[in-house]
Order: sequence, then C-alpha cells, then structure tokens
Amino acid sequence: MAHIPHRFLRDGRGLPSQLEEARVSIKALAEGYGLDFFETIFEMCSYEEINMLASYGGFPNRYPHWRYGMEYLEMQKSYEYGLSKIYEMVINTDPSYAYLMDCNLMVDQKLVMAHVYGHVDFFKNNLWFAQTNRKMLDQMANHGSRVRKIIDREGITAVEAFIDVCLSIDNLVDPYADQIKRSHTSTEADYKAAAADLDIPKMPAKGYMDKHINPPEFLAAQAQKKVDDLAKMASFPEDPERDVMGFILQHGKLPGWKRDILSIVRDEALYFAPQGQTKIMNEGWATYWHTSMMTRDILTDSEVIDYCDHHSGTVAQQPGRLNPYKMGVELLRDIERRWDKGQFGKDWLDCKDPRERARWDTGALLGKEKLFQVRHTHNDITFLDTFLTPEFCREQGFFTTKYDKKARSWVIDSREFAEVKQGLLGTLASRGTPRVYVVDGNHNNRGELRLAHAHEGKDIQLDWASMTLQNLTAMWGRPVHLETFLDGKPILVSCDGTEVTREDRPTGELDESE
Amino acid sequence: MLNIDRDLGRFKRIVKGQVRKDLRKYMSSGELIGRKGKETVSIPLHKIGIPRLRFGENKEGMGQGEGEEGSDPGQGQKAGEAEGEHLLEVEITVQELAEIMAEELELPRIEPKGTQSAKTAKHKYKGIATEGPESLRHNQRTFKRALKRQISAGTFSPKRPVVIPIKADRRYRSFVVEQEPRSSAVIVYMMDVSGSMGKEQKEIVRSQAFWIDTWLRHNYDNVDARFVIHDAAAREVDRDTFFRTRESGGTLISSAYKLCMEILKKDYPVDDWNIYPFHFSDGDNWSQSDTRTCMKLLKDEMLPIVNQFSYAQVDSQYGSGQFIKDLKENFADHEEVALSRVANRDAILDSIRELLGRGK
Repeated sequence: MAHIPHRFLRDGRGLPSQLEEARVSIKALAEGYGLDFFETIFEMCSYEEINMLASYGGFPNRYPHWRYGMEYLEMQKSYEYGLSKIYEMVINTDPSYAYLMDCNLMVDQKLVMAHVYGHVDFFKNNLWFAQTNRKMLDQMANHGSRVRKIIDREGITAVEAFIDVCLSIDNLVDPYADQIKRSHTSTEADYKAAAADLDIPKMPAKGYMDKHINPPEFLAAQAQKKVDDLAKMASFPEDPERDVMGFILQHGKLPGWKRDILSIVRDEALYFAPQGQTKIMNEGWATYWHTSMMTRDILTDSEVIDYCDHHSGTVAQQPGRLNPYKMGVELLRDIERRWDKGQFGKDWLDCKDPRERARWDTGALLGKEKLFQVRHTHNDITFLDTFLTPEFCREQGFFTTKYDKKARSWVIDSREFAEVKQGLLGTLASRGTPRVYVVDGNHNNRGELRLAHAHEGKDIQLDWASMTLQNLTAMWGRPVHLETFLDGKPILVSCDGTEVTREDRPTGELDESE
Repeated sequence: MLNIDRDLGRFKRIVKGQVRKDLRKYMSSGELIGRKGKETVSIPLHKIGIPRLRFGENKEGMGQGEGEEGSDPGQGQKAGEAEGEHLLEVEITVQELAEIMAEELELPRIEPKGTQSAKTAKHKYKGIATEGPESLRHNQRTFKRALKRQISAGTFSPKRPVVIPIKADRRYRSFVVEQEPRSSAVIVYMMDVSGSMGKEQKEIVRSQAFWIDTWLRHNYDNVDARFVIHDAAAREVDRDTFFRTRESGGTLISSAYKLCMEILKKDYPVDDWNIYPFHFSDGDNWSQSDTRTCMKLLKDEMLPIVNQFSYAQVDSQYGSGQFIKDLKENFADHEEVALSRVANRDAILDSIRELLGRGK
C-alpha cells in the first residue's frame, strides 16, 4: 500500500481560521469574476514538505526513484542558501490540491490563493488539458504500488536502472496524442481498393480458352496475392510515428514488467505534457487574476508594499531572459486592451497608418469575453502566433540574439517583428525537445528501428544522442538508427548495442529541402 | 519513513559511487580541500542528468530588454534551454569519504600500537538511583516500586488497580562513569619551505595532508596535528601558515627532525600516542654531513617511537632529489619507513597508497 500521509488527503477546513476566511472570500471573488474551477483544497506545508511535494511534481505517492531525491536536495539547498523559494504548488486534479507554505506572510497567502484559483480555472477549461486524468492522484499512487511490487520481485537496482532508461526517452512522445487520432492503419479493404486499380495477371490464352485457362478461382487467388503483396510492401509504421515510446511499447519485445514500467513512465509524461505546452498562458492567466483581485479587492493598506515587492519579483525581467509570467500577463492585457478598443478584424489589419492604429478605439469592450475565449482554446504556440503584434513586441523590447564568434559573446541580433516572432515560436515549438519520429520499425528487414529527426535549424547534441541511442537499443533489443543533420550535412547515427557509429547518408523523407 | 528519505538515500548512494569513480580526480585537483566541515565534506557534483535527445549549443536565442542591435544584451545571457549544468553540493561524512578512499586504495585498517590506548572517562546512563532530577525519572521502575509497596502493605486491590507512587518509590536514571579505551594519534607534518618548493609543490602537499588527515581521523578517536616548516632552521607554525609560508635560502633537514623530536618528547608520551611524522621536501639537503645527521636522528631517536615515518618527495625543477635515495639506502629494510615520490598532481593517489598502505 502506498504511503499517503494522512494530511495530504485532509480537506481545507484544516486551514487556520484567518486563512480560511480569506479563502472563502477569495473564492467568492473569483467566482464573481467568472472563473470556473474545480473544488480546490488548500493545505499548509512547511518548506521541507513543499520542497518534497515539488520534487515529486506534486504527487507524494509516486514510484520511488533517485531523481526525486536529487531534486529535493537541490531545492532544500537553494532554499537554505536563500536563492529561491516556492510560494505555491497546485496540481491538476479534481478536486484540485494546492499547497501553501506556512511561513509566508498573510498577504502572500492571499496572493497565492488568488493565483491558484486562476490556475485551477485554466486546468478545468483549457482544451489542452481536456484529456488529462483528473484522478491522477489515484493513478500515481497506483503506479507507485505497481512499481513497488515489481521492485519486490526484480530488485531495486534492476528496476531503477530500467526506469532511467525509460526516462531517457520520455520526451519522445506525441504531446497531441490525446487530442488527435492520427495513426491510420490500412486495412484489408484499403489494399483491395488499391489492388482493384491494378491489372490482375492472367495466363496468356486465346479468347475462347480464357475461361478454362483463367478460371474465376484462379483469378480470385491472383487478386488475393496482389492484396497480400501490397500489405507486405507497406512500410511499418505507415506514417512517421511521433510517439516513439508508444511504438516501442506496442511493437517492442520487452518482458512483462519492463513493459509495465515503460507504460507508467509514458502515462506520466503525457499527463505533464500540457503543462509544458501552456506554461506562458497558464502563468499569465493566473498572474492576470491575482493582480486583478489583489489590487481591486483584497489588499489592505498595510499590505500594499509587501504585495508590490513580491509581485514585482514574480514578473521581474532578468536581462536577456524571458519570463513566462511576465510575457503571459502582458500579452493577455494587450489582448484585453485591443478587444476593448476594437483593434481587431479586417479593418484593423488593413490599416497601415501607425498614428491611426494608435488612436483606434471603436468602443467594442469585448476584452473580457475575448480573454475567456483565449484561455479556452489556445496553447502557447497558437497564443503567440495569433496575438503577437509589432506594437507589442516593440513595447516589450523583444529581440533575438546570436553568438558573435569574433567578440566571443552573445549579442543582440535583431528587433525586427518577423524575426522576433519566428524566434519566439521556434523556441516554443521545440521547447528544448527535438521532434523525432519512428520511420521504420523493420529497417533493413532485420527488425532494426530507424528514427528520423525533423531538423528545424538546430542540431542535436551528439554525445547525449549517443547515450540515448544506447538506451533505445537496450529497450528495442535490435540496432537503432537516427537520421539527423550535423552542420548542414545529413548523417545517420547508429547503435548496435555496444558502440555508436556515425555515417553520412542521403536525404530522407522527413528532411526539409535546405 | 517518508518517501523522500528513501529516494534521497538512493541518490546519495549514487553520489558515493560517483565519488568513488572520480576519486583520482578529486585527489589530484585538491577540489575538496576547504570543503571539509567538522564532520562532513561537501562535494561539488554536476547534476546527474538522464540522457535525452536534446538540442546542442544554441546558435540563436531570445531575449527581452534594452540595448542596440549588435550590443551585449546584459549579464547572464545564455538564452534559454541550457539545463543539466547545475552544480549540486552533496555532503558526505568524513567517515564515508575515508571508507571510500580505503576501498579504492585498498588501505588496510590501522592496528593501533598495543598497550598505549589511553582511557577516557565516559558518562553513560545505565544506572538507577533513588534521587535525581524529575526529567530523568524512570516511570516504569517508579510504578513497579509503588506496586510492590502497595501489595506488601495490602493497599492494592486487583478490582480497582490504582497505583500511586509516593516520594520514596521514585526511581531515576543515573549515569555511571566508564573507562573507555581511546586511541590517540599525533601527526607531525614537516615541510621544506626553501626557495625550491614552489606553489605547485605546496598544493600537492596540501592535497596529501588532506587525505592523510582524513584517513588517520577515521582510524583514531583522537587526532592531533602539528606543523613544522624548515629551511635552514625549523619552527612550529599553525596549519594556515604551514601551507602559505615561502622562504628562501638553504635547507637543513635535520633542523626539522630535531624540532619534531622536541615536540614529541614534550607533549606526546609514547605510551599514550600513536605517532606519525610526515616529511615533505623536494629532496634537496644542504650538505651530505647534514644528511648523515638526519639518518642518525631517525635511526636512534625517531624510528623507535613512531608507528611510521613517512617521507614524500615532491618533484620540483630545482631539487636534486637526492634525499630519498639516501633514505632508501639506509632504511630499505625498515618496515616503519614509508617513502614515496610524487611527480605531479596525478601521482597523489598512488603516493597516498604508498604512504598509508602498510596498515601501520
């Protein structure tokens, strides 16, 4: 049985009365503003507990693994040295759990509660979270006890080593898998349709002999053979498959317990995927609401200074870095302003006169409505793609940077809107994770796995790729190949289980013409 | 037990494995010196990363703020996604470090010399007394006493089992003084600080002293360290001065050995102490006659009382390196003399093995 400390399941009545009062009034306020959230249960934690929760990604009953210990140690150290501290932690479940740090000031707790209601509203209503399991607390506990049972049987060393291997490919999933059903598996009928277009080979015969030499049974057999040939020729998978983990799970030859662990790691990776896709929006949305509620309704006179201090810390702009809180909240406010003034639609887009654009105000007052719509349908990429304007980028001072080899330092490259937008989208699209597809599950007809990296201008780090390939080989059981580019040249990195080799290759189907 | 304790434990075991693997690196870089607290050593580690497919060095990045095109966007600019480069400080105890070292270098455990274990008085709460502070009251005993008294006085009824202790029933935990054997050792570090010992040589000595300290403290309950520097004359200094001083001038090794003997005779009776003189030098001595004095001193006075005399010769570009040859000639068959040559930092690990590998 998983060890679930009792207190993590206690309800919000456990809050001290002063905080409970604040909670009730903030909840009512949030509802008044139209936020729509799951029931949210607040718990008080010491900094040790909140660090522990944070190192488990919010789920204290997850399967055992050393990396949680490492995260915890790092957070403890950085808290003890005064480098960072976690104000709040909220998890996407129904009911939602949020943790407050017990040594924070009252004004911080109020800020955090307002912020948390923003997050929970986002979890509940944003489309990208629609498919996530809201009973994840139970599922994580379930995963935990499954892994513990496997450990009892196989030993911690073997299991932990295999979890390491699984984690090494946990970014190779299809983050949109839950939204889109893409893998189309051709059926017998598809091949029949395809075969119907082809001539069925007949034995040569004179017209009057034809029905004897090519009787209907023979023709049917010939047609069936054609269908079978087509099925055999079809590539496997038919379309490049982004869900590498899923592919290995489905077609690999892992023994039972390893399959179980791989599927657990995949489930958890998919659960956390939307949080990565909506970081800017989610933080921006929560920040938007905590600022609105705090400044309009909640703050008392004596709390203003502390609030300003902490809020400015949240949206602080470090030189040369992007802060998702800041970017999100500023863009949301810009959207609200534009829709209030009617700065959208064809007329606005056609208007090229900057002075007129600056003055533009139709009194539409659609800002709030638009905001709720945006939080419902967008993720970070579509959010920026749709709503960035040259005015906004200039105001915010975005720029792209490049490494100046002569000066041996990073310099500002450009402030042009087109380049800035492309840069921002590029950063988001990759999120530090290259897009990699399975292109052949039976490479060389020897059961080898061939992957292809859809190269978008950034090379993969090769030493990490070698180590990852070794892990992939261990999992697949046969050699694994990865198509990618190095300094513009197409290469193939292969691992046969013992060593990793690299060779030039002709360009493949996933490569863009460069 | 909280889950995190278990996961933290797993991580620390991995860290220890890492330290073991990198021991030679730590030994030659001297990275751990100055990271030693009272009981722990804090070890800087790169965050252990799980290898994943990820992008290499960024060629382009994004930023926000002020500045002209082509100008430096401000401090700390490294645009985005660089992860996994964090340094993490992990503490392990000196004991654990010594054990790792012992296993890696295959150091035998030191057998303290026979009779000389000093006794120390230790207070242990093992006894029971009729008086004492209330905070030490032994409730179980007190109630047993009270029960006995009530039964013998006939005031105890099994139907209504109430036991009320009176003052005379009270019992308290009390300590007894026990003599515990305690092993003590003294290390006398001697170093040649004449002009030919450069900065690099001193760093090597510093590194070696760190590991010698670690090992001997692991083996003895109580370790004293004394420091002697010498050129043509010797003087005793504190640890800090020991590693910082640089003199010029000649070298009379015998001056150091004489001072060492004075210290030992004055403060460390041979019956109570295990004695470890370590001498570091580049091997230059002023004259052969002084070398002869040294050999005589060693043979007649020092060797009879020490567990082991160790001499490490740190190669320098000036030193002739003669002294170690003289020692070899004279003491080749003496078990209590350990000699080692350290060519450079990379040789520290092997040198430590030579110096400490005898289990003395």
